[in-house]
Amino acid sequence: MEKIITAHKLTKRFGDFTAVNQISFAIQKGEIFGFLGANGAGKTTAMRMLCGLSMPSSGEATVAGFDIYRENEKIKRSIGYMSQKFSLYDDLTVKENMRFYGGIYGMTDTFIRDKTASILEQLHLEKEGDKLVGSLPLGWKQKLAFSVAIFHDPPIVFLDEPTGGVDPVTRREFWSMIYQASAAGITIFVTTHYMDEAEYCNRVSIMVDGRIEALDTPAQLKQTYQAKSMDGVFLKLARKATRAAD
Amino acid sequence: MIRQTNTMNAVEVSHLVKTYGKKKEVLALDDISLVVGQGELFGIIGPDGAGKTSLFRILTTLLLADSGRASVDGYEVVKQYKEIRNWVGYMPGKFSLYPDLSVAENLNFFATIFNTTVKKNFDLIRDIYVQIEPFQHRRAGKLSGGMKQKLALSCTLIHRPSVLFLDEPTTGVDAVSRKEFWEMLKRLKQQGITILVSTPYMDEAGLCDRVALMQNGSILSINTPQRVVSEFRNELIAAKSQKMLQLLEALKGYEGTENAYPFGEYHHVVMKKGFGMNGLKSYIDKVSAIPVDMVATEPDIEDCFIALMKDE
Repeated sequence: MEKIITAHKLTKRFGDFTAVNQISFAIQKGEIFGFLGANGAGKTTAMRMLCGLSMPSSGEATVAGFDIYRENEKIKRSIGYMSQKFSLYDDLTVKENMRFYGGIYGMTDTFIRDKTASILEQLHLEKEGDKLVGSLPLGWKQKLAFSVAIFHDPPIVFLDEPTGGVDPVTRREFWSMIYQASAAGITIFVTTHYMDEAEYCNRVSIMVDGRIEALDTPAQLKQTYQAKSMDGVFLKLARKATRAAD
Repeated sequence: MIRQTNTMNAVEVSHLVKTYGKKKEVLALDDISLVVGQGELFGIIGPDGAGKTSLFRILTTLLLADSGRASVDGYEVVKQYKEIRNWVGYMPGKFSLYPDLSVAENLNFFATIFNTTVKKNFDLIRDIYVQIEPFQHRRAGKLSGGMKQKLALSCTLIHRPSVLFLDEPTTGVDAVSRKEFWEMLKRLKQQGITILVSTPYMDEAGLCDRVALMQNGSILSINTPQRVVSEFRNELIAAKSQKMLQLLEALKGYEGTENAYPFGEYHHVVMKKGFGMNGLKSYIDKVSAIPVDMVATEPDIEDCFIALMKDE
């Protein structure tokens, strides 16, 4: 299997504080990889390095075959990103948002036109194309934001708590979109505070105090830590944390 | 100040309606009624956009409803808003302390505003405040998320409120800190404080005395968590196999399936009346070659919420 993300002893220090401490892992193409950890464990810092937004202090990593020190601009072009906090522009219409994101990633007019039509059809939003995103229900917005994050057909998409505050039905519809993207070969790197969502991942890593404390399939983790659910696994590991939560 | 205790309900809400927009096009609260008893830990459970914050802002006298009535501790939210403001504590979802004041300065400020002192009510916040006391000279804006939350709760409690409104205190908070926060709430409840807490996390419903499940401005159900679950009448089956995606499609294809959706490591299947696990099992064996594990299971709040959303 092709490795699409690799990290070897990846480390980030801020002064004398080690936010990310020698993490190593490899993620396969098309994998749904859950990146869990308590607040302040170092998830965001690690994710920022992998997205090419923050330079590591030491260690190595490649994303989509590019080196995170020398080729971070190429990495930015090869990934999609979505978070609950920042996704779409409320004061642009659905189509304008797509035009904007497609333009940012240097897509051609023809590509943008065709892709816009296919996303609207797929989401059954044909009639809403000219409506302001701000006027749409939250559930639609989140699904639209995911489609826009993979608008430029990136090999990898980073999802930072994509389903926070979303109702249970929409949350599941959102995950079925993740499965479809994964089946189409897109690698999914996702953080979440919902432990049932950890079960939907192929593999899960759990960070504690800057280190990856566990990395395995959900089934194997539950067996290793003698827990009934991923919630139990998470509590066992995260309670070991000694540094203050953020 | 000595608080007059009375026997009336802590919160009474009757037919509240709230709209936003020039043409009242956004219906935030659609005829909401509920009653919260003295000393109750009452949860308002629902996703973003359900109307939780609008309801809290009306009850804390920061927002006017279009119609309907509401009272807190027997005081009417419009006419007697000044009384209510003296006796409630409100922790908004967004961090609202002064970022350029230190931890200790913030706490003193809120105590003084309410005509009291930190010393006088320190017993109420001791458990929470000791955790941030080592940083008492740090500016509030420089605290980590978890510490900001503890300071905000301390400031909300420092005047010993009779009713506490906590708007999504655990949103974006990890599973361990969430557990700790709920343990703090349990201790506050033991002090006799009525607590209304809103959350989008369905699994927190079980920690409340009673819950209101909210969606799109309406209340789907008000009950004890146990009763919400026991009112789920359909048979529920958990199923898993090596191929979860294909299994879900197969489960949805059965004529006796009311609803089927992923649920952690399993899929949950809600059976129509008159259908059961045996029928489902033989159907799945017929249409799919993959071995399937099936077991009857108990619904939880999230199953109930999904079922109630479907009924709407």
